Amino acid sequence: MNKERKKELQMYAVEVRELILRATNSSGTGHPGGSLSSADYFTYLYNEEIRVNPKEPKAPERDRFVLSKGHVAPALYAVLALKGYFPAEDLLTLRKIDSHLQGHPNMNTTPGVDMSTGSLGQGISAAAGMAKGAKHLGRDIHVYTLLGDGETGEGEVWEAVMFAAHYGLDNLCIAVDVNGLQIDGYTKEVMNVEPLDKKFEAFGCDVITVQGHDFCELEKAFQRFHGNKGSKKPTVILMKTIKGKGVSFMEDMAGWHGKAPNDEQLSQALKELEAERVKIREE
Amino acid sequence: MAETKKIATRESYGNALKELGAKTENVVVMDADLAGATKTGVFKAAYPDRFFDCGIAEANMAGVAAGLSTMGLVPFISTFAMFSAGRCFEQIRNSIGYPHLNVKIGATHGGISVGEDGASHQCCEDFALMRSIPGMVVMCPADDVEARQMVQAAYEYEGPCYMRFGRAATPVFHGEDYKFQIGRAEIVRPGGDVALIATGIMVSEAIAAADILAEQGISARVINMPTIKPLDEKVVLEAAKECGKIVTVEEHNILGGLGEAVCGVVTEQRPVLVHRIGVRDKFGRSGSAAELLRQFGLCAENIAAEIRTLDCMK
Repeated sequence: MNKERKKELQMYAVEVRELILRATNSSGTGHPGGSLSSADYFTYLYNEEIRVNPKEPKAPERDRFVLSKGHVAPALYAVLALKGYFPAEDLLTLRKIDSHLQGHPNMNTTPGVDMSTGSLGQGISAAAGMAKGAKHLGRDIHVYTLLGDGETGEGEVWEAVMFAAHYGLDNLCIAVDVNGLQIDGYTKEVMNVEPLDKKFEAFGCDVITVQGHDFCELEKAFQRFHGNKGSKKPTVILMKTIKGKGVSFMEDMAGWHGKAPNDEQLSQALKELEAERVKIREE
Repeated sequence: MAETKKIATRESYGNALKELGAKTENVVVMDADLAGATKTGVFKAAYPDRFFDCGIAEANMAGVAAGLSTMGLVPFISTFAMFSAGRCFEQIRNSIGYPHLNVKIGATHGGISVGEDGASHQCCEDFALMRSIPGMVVMCPADDVEARQMVQAAYEYEGPCYMRFGRAATPVFHGEDYKFQIGRAEIVRPGGDVALIATGIMVSEAIAAADILAEQGISARVINMPTIKPLDEKVVLEAAKECGKIVTVEEHNILGGLGEAVCGVVTEQRPVLVHRIGVRDKFGRSGSAAELLRQFGLCAENIAAEIRTLDCMK
């Protein structure tokens, strides 16, 4: 990836972060922590990787994305809005009574959402079903899914991974946002899910661990996924991330898992994002 | 009485899937390591490329089915009622019911007539669980003819369906000219003193109970209610109006099943006495199907005797 492109993506990710913060602030509830940690993944996925067309959100031949960690809907909604699936002002209606933007993704209300999720552990099964379906129908469709590291505590995740490996679903790309935190604290203290790389490998996946806020590393990870075509192995991308990334007072704080910024906190956060924009430009 | 042919509705399910497989390309069948018992193995033998075993991982099977259905396939997923409606309630609710996906759940081994396996495998809660999911169609066939048509109807219906099939062989009382429709009850026998509304294998028992009552001078209407949701309210209300009292019969906890569905309609629209016959908020146990049905008050003789004890029947 050239320097210019990397800068463009970095600026885009700042925009995604701003929209996440504005949306959760407007709603007064929501999950900024994990949304911010996955903002770079979403930026890369929707700008460089996934083959979709916002003008035809239901095109049968499109790639699919399933947000297994459904609570980071604000990040998905932000990128879908930027891509033109719906107007960006809709983001300020997040979680409100008349909004199509439900607290967790709903495939029947929001254009661009391929599966209704929110209950942890279930999205990856649906993604595996889509990947199996694509293979069965002989279609060249990639299926992407994003999980949280805390989410891997759900037994269904491992049932799904076993299924994906058993049926050779090399068209399935499982990314895990490894920010090391869950609602009640550090995953290593609440329920240790590590070593995730060895677990996914033992279940029959090809695993790559990357720095999840570095676009060059994300590019490498997705290249690995494409290289796995024909290998009959699902790809797992373990993205080392920081929960709340980009907002100093939210970073690595479990307390910001499911709490929205108030007006004062929003204004402070936006100042930091503005400073980040200046820094990217000057680099 | 002439010898009646008996077939377990799980056998009908397997055979109907195979028939469906011959007629359609988009049907896929999944099982969780019970293909021999659920009879999906019949489909597997005929169409191995459209059969996906999921291993002993029912929750994932429900989610995979949701994903397959978004690709335009029509998945039928099977295991015992206990491990689908029971174990996967939340996957069915959130991954299938909430997005209203076109997944068909074929749950075999419903009720206490599972027999010797005992209470852990005898699901008497599935109607209650599945009825409570918005948009879910809940069905239970009375015999082989109805079960085979139900599978076809579920395929033709766009949306989630739950079907409960039985393990034990059950009398076939429908002729091949019978026409099953989702949401339609069938008056199996006319009568005006009391209406018996039954579902699944209890319909045959209710017919036999009506025979016993007839000998005692009581004219019982027997209604077969293969669709528990959406309920055929018209037939229930006619029964309330014309018979004045209703007895429901189901191989399910009396809490949350057919009986309470009927109560809901009757109490809101035409209050009459409704007496619920079923499993009285208890767990089952090991034994033969026939012994269990007798012990739990669900054979024809018990049903007739229980109806005779009602104050309104004296």
